[in-house]
Amino acid sequence: MSKMTNTKPDSEKMSASEVYGKTLSELGEKHPEIVGLSADLAGSTKIGLFGSQFPDRFFNAGIAEQNMFGMAAGLASAGLVPFVSTFAVFASMRALEQLHSDICYPNLNVKIIATHAGLSFGQAGSTHHCTEDLAIMRSLANLAVMAPADGIETAHAVRAAYERKGPVYIRINRGFDHTVYDRPDYGFEFGKAQMMRDGSDLSIICCGSTVWRAVEAAKMLEESDGLKIRVLNMHTIKPIDKEAIKKAVKETGRIITAEDHNIFGGLGSAVAEVAAETGRPFAFKRLGVPDTYSIIGKHEDLMAHYGYDENGIMAAAKEMMGRKPYTY
Amino acid sequence: MPLTTEERLRLEEKAHELRCLSVDTVAWAGSGHIGGAMSAMDILTILYHKYMKIDPKTPDLPDRDRFVLSKGHVGVGYAPLLAELGYFDKELLKKYNHTGSPLGMHLDSLKVPGVEASTGSLGHGLAIGLGMALGARLKKEAWKTFVLLGDGECNEGEVWESAMAASHFKAVNLVTIVDRNMCMIDGPTEEVMGLEPFADKWKAFGFDVLEVNGHDFKELAFALDKALAAKDKPVAIIANTIKGCGIDFIAGDYKWHYGSFDEETKARAKASLVRYKEARLVAVGLASGVAAGPLPAQGKEPAQ
Repeated sequence: MSKMTNTKPDSEKMSASEVYGKTLSELGEKHPEIVGLSADLAGSTKIGLFGSQFPDRFFNAGIAEQNMFGMAAGLASAGLVPFVSTFAVFASMRALEQLHSDICYPNLNVKIIATHAGLSFGQAGSTHHCTEDLAIMRSLANLAVMAPADGIETAHAVRAAYERKGPVYIRINRGFDHTVYDRPDYGFEFGKAQMMRDGSDLSIICCGSTVWRAVEAAKMLEESDGLKIRVLNMHTIKPIDKEAIKKAVKETGRIITAEDHNIFGGLGSAVAEVAAETGRPFAFKRLGVPDTYSIIGKHEDLMAHYGYDENGIMAAAKEMMGRKPYTY
Repeated sequence: MPLTTEERLRLEEKAHELRCLSVDTVAWAGSGHIGGAMSAMDILTILYHKYMKIDPKTPDLPDRDRFVLSKGHVGVGYAPLLAELGYFDKELLKKYNHTGSPLGMHLDSLKVPGVEASTGSLGHGLAIGLGMALGARLKKEAWKTFVLLGDGECNEGEVWESAMAASHFKAVNLVTIVDRNMCMIDGPTEEVMGLEPFADKWKAFGFDVLEVNGHDFKELAFALDKALAAKDKPVAIIANTIKGCGIDFIAGDYKWHYGSFDEETKARAKASLVRYKEARLVAVGLASGVAAGPLPAQGKEPAQ
């Protein structure tokens, strides 16, 4: 295992799910058509905050995700706006066909806020890890897919999901995330990558847990090697910000993607699809879980183990800078 | 309200007309799920022509009753019913299954007016209907939701998740009907995956259960009246039916889950449907004469 990551005390971190629960409750006060559903995970996903405020508009479906997604479809069809929360592994796989056929195919206005995404429930083992959801969700037509970087961005994402008509999937972590933003008015826009730092040597495109780590890596690389690194927070995975990717290819020629997800099918693949179609040569490296079932451990240790924490990102950037921007 | 004699006659005529149109639709489509369309037709007919509040000219009427065809493969039975009611041009039935047609094997709620949910993947319909029913209750609206399940799809775990939830949430504005035709694709239900004691399963999940002959409008009306008056527990109607009902050379044969007609078999099917209609009218006392033969579907006596 590589060196342990720099960690902050929890007091400097935010729980994205806690923010989600509060944001949904605020939305619920203004919008009586919002209803909540969970599958015996109201407490863990924090949708329970909404549930205790609006008990008549909250349905605990019990440990039965398929029925819960079907109920959400029916409620949406009756004109309500269901927010459905469970762990990402169940939202994306246990009830996938219901999501596909009952919600996405008829383009119903259902919002899925999936917690415990990626390796954030690291100690629970692979039955509770979810490093496939971005790949799965990205392939469902009509569905928007988001992975906010921290609590502040989670609040933006939840409000954006409400504003958008049609199905939306948001993945957030279990527990506490490093705070990436120090204030809410940083210019969040659905579908637009957030430039965390500008630079011309290389671009790191990241989402969710890797945003804080990419920013840290870029800072350290500037201090140690004088590198100017662009960091793009791709909080909206679908529809993806093609222009930001094309510009990164054109202006930096080197792209690294980092995600708390299998390197197949997720952010890295989405970026590669857009970048490859530019027709320009560019250096490219995907960081993430290398198509395996993760070992058990703390989230930050696992990200270090698989080389997509700040140290892993730094190492990948240095290696890429040691080569020509591209080779034929 | 019990059916009047006029209503029964009207429903008998309508169901016959729709069975014939369904046979035509299968022929236009090239092939289709004729067996389950025939077993479900009386249920569909009484719902749309007696019980449901609908307006085919305003398919999205806010306070319309909702219907979810959970056994979504019988689009060849459902589309003729909707077309005949005026939801869309009947001529479209001639394009059923054709490339680019809005009508495919499983009807799409975004393409076919009147269809509330895009079903076809089995086991989904009761959950969707339950969500609709809870939505009506939340919005304090009086409309009802009817779900028609196939018996084979009750193998799916999701059906029982939904059944558990429907009774837990006391969804008495939801009417669950099972087309118990005893057949699935690979054989009789009790051979492929036994469902019995079927009524007991629904009872154990918290439903009041009514078992009726699904080809007898009087019995169906009795059960639907009871279901619509439910106060504490949701009602499941187990409608005992015959797969391929009315077409003598396919009735009761699971192999006719899906099939096609050429001109000759189509003519035979329609001739059989005429004989069946006449025999039924005699059997239920709506016509005089001697029944041509015993009616195939024998439901149990409705529970009092």
